[in-house]
Amino acid sequence: MPESKKKLKLALYWAASCGGCEVAVLDLDEKILTVAELADIVLWPVALDFKYKDVEALADGSVDVCLFNGAIRNSEQLEIAELLRRKSKVMVAFGACACYGGIPALANQFDRESIFARVYGTTPSTVNPGRVLPQTKLPTPQGELHLPTFYNAVYKLDDVVDVDYYIPGCPPPPDLIWTAVEAIVSGKLPPKGATIAGERALCHSCLRKKEEKKVTAFRRVHEVIPDPEKCLLEQGIICSGPVTRDGCGTRCLNANMPCRGCFGPTPEALEHGASMLSAAATMAEGKDEATLAPILDGIVDPLGTFYRFTLADSLLRIRNKALVAGAEEKEGEEAAS
Amino acid sequence: MTENVTAKGGQGGGPAWEPKVVAIFCNWCSYTGADLAGISRLKYPAGLRIVRVMCSGRVSPAFVLKAFHEGADGVLVGGCHPGDCHYLEGNYKTLKRKLVFERLLEQFGIEKTRFRLEWISGGEGDKFARVANELIKEIEALGPLGSVAERLRQADGLSLRAEGGAGSA
Amino acid sequence: MPGPKIGVYVCHCGSNIADKVDMDALRDFAGELPDVVVSRDYKYMCSDPGQDLIKADIKEYGLERVVVASCSPRMHEPTFKRACEVGGLNPYLMEMANIREQCSWVTVDRGGATRKAKALVRSAVNKARLLEPLEDKSVPVDPKTLIVGGGIAGIEAALKIAEAGYKVYLVEREPSIGGQMAKLDKTFPTLDCAACILTPKMVSAAQNPNITLLTYAEVEDVSGYVGNFEVTIRKRARGVDEKLCNGCGTCQEKCPIKVPNEFEEGMGLRKAIYTPFPQAVPNKPVIDRENCTYYKTGKCRVCERVCPPQAVRFDQEDEIIKERFGAIIVSTGYQPFDPSVGKQWGFGRYDNVITGLQFERLSNASGPTGGKVLLKDGTEPKAVAILHCVGSRDKNYNEYCSRICCMTSVKFAHLVREKTGAKVYDLYMDMRTFGKQYEEFYNRVVAERDIYFIRGKGAEIMEDPVSGGLLVRVEDTLLGVFREIPVDMVVLNVAMCPRPDAQEVAQKFGIQRSADGFFLEYHLKLEPMKTANEGVFIAGTCQAPKDIPDTVGQGAGAAAEALKVVLLGKVTVTPTTAEIRETLCSGCRMCIPLCPYTAISFNEAKGVAVVNEALCKGCGTCAASCPSGALRVRHFDNRQLLSQIEGVCAE
Ligand SMILES: Cc1cc2nc3c(=O)[nH]c(=O)nc-3n(C[C@H](O)[C@H](O)[C@H](O)COP(=O)(O)OP(=O)(O)OC[C@H]3O[C@@H](n4cnc5c(N)ncnc54)[C@H](O)[C@@H]3O)c2cc1C
Ligand code: SF4
Ligand code: SF4
Ligand code: SF4
Ligand code: SF4
Ligand code: FES
Repeated sequence: MPESKKKLKLALYWAASCGGCEVAVLDLDEKILTVAELADIVLWPVALDFKYKDVEALADGSVDVCLFNGAIRNSEQLEIAELLRRKSKVMVAFGACACYGGIPALANQFDRESIFARVYGTTPSTVNPGRVLPQTKLPTPQGELHLPTFYNAVYKLDDVVDVDYYIPGCPPPPDLIWTAVEAIVSGKLPPKGATIAGERALCHSCLRKKEEKKVTAFRRVHEVIPDPEKCLLEQGIICSGPVTRDGCGTRCLNANMPCRGCFGPTPEALEHGASMLSAAATMAEGKDEATLAPILDGIVDPLGTFYRFTLADSLLRIRNKALVAGAEEKEGEEAAS
Repeated sequence: MTENVTAKGGQGGGPAWEPKVVAIFCNWCSYTGADLAGISRLKYPAGLRIVRVMCSGRVSPAFVLKAFHEGADGVLVGGCHPGDCHYLEGNYKTLKRKLVFERLLEQFGIEKTRFRLEWISGGEGDKFARVANELIKEIEALGPLGSVAERLRQADGLSLRAEGGAGSA
Repeated sequence: MPGPKIGVYVCHCGSNIADKVDMDALRDFAGELPDVVVSRDYKYMCSDPGQDLIKADIKEYGLERVVVASCSPRMHEPTFKRACEVGGLNPYLMEMANIREQCSWVTVDRGGATRKAKALVRSAVNKARLLEPLEDKSVPVDPKTLIVGGGIAGIEAALKIAEAGYKVYLVEREPSIGGQMAKLDKTFPTLDCAACILTPKMVSAAQNPNITLLTYAEVEDVSGYVGNFEVTIRKRARGVDEKLCNGCGTCQEKCPIKVPNEFEEGMGLRKAIYTPFPQAVPNKPVIDRENCTYYKTGKCRVCERVCPPQAVRFDQEDEIIKERFGAIIVSTGYQPFDPSVGKQWGFGRYDNVITGLQFERLSNASGPTGGKVLLKDGTEPKAVAILHCVGSRDKNYNEYCSRICCMTSVKFAHLVREKTGAKVYDLYMDMRTFGKQYEEFYNRVVAERDIYFIRGKGAEIMEDPVSGGLLVRVEDTLLGVFREIPVDMVVLNVAMCPRPDAQEVAQKFGIQRSADGFFLEYHLKLEPMKTANEGVFIAGTCQAPKDIPDTVGQGAGAAAEALKVVLLGKVTVTPTTAEIRETLCSGCRMCIPLCPYTAISFNEAKGVAVVNEALCKGCGTCAASCPSGALRVRHFDNRQLLSQIEGVCAE
């Protein structure tokens, strides 16, 4: 770690995320101390008690780096993203959710109404006889209470603010975080817009034996115990390795689980989901619909499978409204019966 | 550009709306068939526009998504009949992709009718014209789909930055 | 960064485009598109002055891309590519917008057509911006031509190529070449006998050292592409050693088995060891294993015993021949329509209702009756009806006109009169005598005695309850009356149809079929012998119904096409192939099994896939399944196609 004169000012923030990214930072283990040595943390809601006011008080551009994790789900997250962008020299989308929407963006299959109806109404664990739903304004004896607006869609960070670097992963692995920290501290920054991960797809690092990409059946991970030596795709298990950036250290593969795509698409991939769908489908053996349909029906939930982490970064991004209404009705009926 | 729009209006007599259909056709069969429709002076609505690829096997599902993204109301992929692909087997790959892709589109809330795969030979100018007219009629009944940018705007009224970013090329 | 300088050229195509698309608006629209430095419109862009516009602008404006908005690229892409090349621009930097076949000709209103033309031009400009220069490559051509089908079309093509000094393989399914023409008696309009004009050609084909004649043979498999087709031919076992057999015919004489002769259209008989007709080429018999006693019971072998040169070989096996060819001509001919599918014609029900080919055999001196036109009972007919358009020009069967039936009918009318004392009733819908000397021939026959031409479609053939003869019902549309004509023979001039195995043959040779089932030519008027599969040509009645003169013309034309391929000695192969960018390929191997030409292999040392560009045909199937985007197809890459999609969608 090179010597540096001045301590860096660092902000960390979590928006719509699970907290895993925060833990990933802590996973730097003893290196976290080095970070503390090198940097003054000006905001880190999960670990330190700062107020937004404190950030607002800082001069624009006075924060050196902001590591922003989580997607944008509501108006508060948007406000803070904009605030931190103003205050920071370098804005880093940290983790799959900030980069591509991540798991939260899977909610883009539904709009606010249907999500509320489900979460505050029909889930088995909900007890809400009055069907009370979150409101943005709430009159209380103490005065009017304001809650952030819950958006209809989940956005990735660069939808709403300019992003300088992307560190993908769910969560980003410590070694990548460290690479990024080193780069920032040393000032040896990659070109703006760079993603701190491999340029090739994950298969490049995957040591499993690859033979012929042909299958006669697709299976889901819970249905079989895969051969740990062989390429999972060739065993009929959808693995997003061929479309997903390298850099995670094949951690899922090492656990005999397929790649789910948290590192997002390779730089030249047409689109994360569609590209993998295309490849997977063409592995099926057969020439006519009668043979192919049963094989390909084995790929269940294509949207959830191929866009698990990248729906907010996809071409279509959200479900077409017209049919959401239909879905709601159906759900309503189910609930009623 | 409002000259002489003949297409029927959208729902409720709104502004005239002409369904936009992107057709991606293989050079050897479907594109030739579309040329034949022209040579035979068959007619179909001007909203259908053809992009030429060498084989339907070249059509990545992402091209179809791209068309919907850009505001196409429908997409028609055309290839040679099974067994007739100029490159022997490209159209079988197209069929495979379609069988998964149409389920994906459904999950995205895009009606089945908006995406169609048809085998149109170089001699089937009439079939092409029929499919084109049929498809456009069906899409007219469904109404406009709109671009993804519009859909996002409608969702939350946010002014999003230019798309792209970490992922999409 | 400014993009490449683009020139856009909008063609009026006379009034073909200009009538529907607002040329001024389109030109101005193009001029406003980013990077477009010059946009022009011109009456005929494909004309010399039109092309000169492009060439001049390349110099004057330093154009780096050219977009031509005109007809289909299938029509003039080569023209404009050449113009660019001559003008000093790499031809692959040219892109076309198809505003004729896919715009002005198919759109009802001018507004819509103009809007669509703009979208197509924007799309082409978008792609042009992203094009890259490419260089054509060439591969050597095998100088041999394969001809499939030894009818008059195939024979003619074979002779022309062989006489030019090039090697030909002529593959014929039947034991002899000659095709349908060999069955004919006299041929219109000159009435020379078919055998007299065909046999010399058949013999020359057999004797020409440049022609390898493979009869009783069929093509099993075709792979490869223009210049180098790899073909597998199965030569069925004749049961006779062709080198030893001298065609004496003793075996046929002595063979005890008689079966209906296909060549005689079921009317005559042949033996189990046979040549289909006396002038057969080669004049070497085949053993029909289905009917031969030896193959059925293990006994007999009479032919083997009587054969003077001992040429019979019961244990002969099919021979598999693998050869490489530079060009292929498919001339598999036609199949006559089967009139038994329509009850109204009574074919198969009434003995004396026969087809045109059966009539040819009756009339033919070497046919079953020795050239006499006789009824089934051996007597001479007194009245003969000849029906045109049986199965043609009829929406229930074939919409097309078979082109030969009118003239064949007139010929038959004449032959009946020449050979019998019978009256002739010729039932026609329209008399189409389109060819050279055809009208003259018709006029001559019209003047003959006792031939009655009735304008009307023979609607039904019934048995006459009184005489036991036949009654032909027809609406005489000139007199406006229904008539029932008593006759004792009816000749059905049936449609020419595609062969029953046309689909299989089409797939084998990578050609397509038109809606009528015949093989599809590349361009109906301008490229009638070419097909979409480069290097595969079609000739004769497999393309569409036609008479002998037209068939021969196409045979010679196809020979010219094939010679063009082999004489050039090399074919340019498109550089629009796939490539794999090594630094992006993850070695997932997804692409490898997808290539139909096995052009992709794996480089273990580098851990990446590689495309063999000599094998790649540029279909792009692999690229659409390369998840990482490492694989790209030149001229049709992801960015180019996405930009085109954007272009057609934008409003
Ligand atoms: C009743 C009748 C009368 C006619 N009279 C006249 C006339 O007077 N004047 C005139 O100009 N025209 C006449 N015609 C038309 C004439 O018959 C045709 O124009 C001509 O025979 C067409 O020749 P072709 O070589 O195209 O086809 P064909 O004669 O059908 O030859 C095709 C050959 O290919 C072979 N073949 C087919 N499939 C395969 C395969 N898969 N592999 C290998 N070999 C194959 C066949 O066995 C055949 O030998 C008449 C037609 C009919 C029906
Ligand atoms: S597809 Fe998955 S399992 Fe197969 S090589 Fe790629 S990363 Fe490994
Ligand atoms: S062996 Fe067969 S072919 Fe020969 S004479 Fe006997 S039946 Fe005829
Ligand atoms: S483009 Fe087609 S022919 Fe070329 S390597 Fe790919 S799959 Fe094979
Ligand atoms: S599919 Fe793409 S990434 Fe995979 S091996 Fe082929 S070229 Fe390489
Ligand atoms: S060339 Fe038409 S589908 Fe392959």
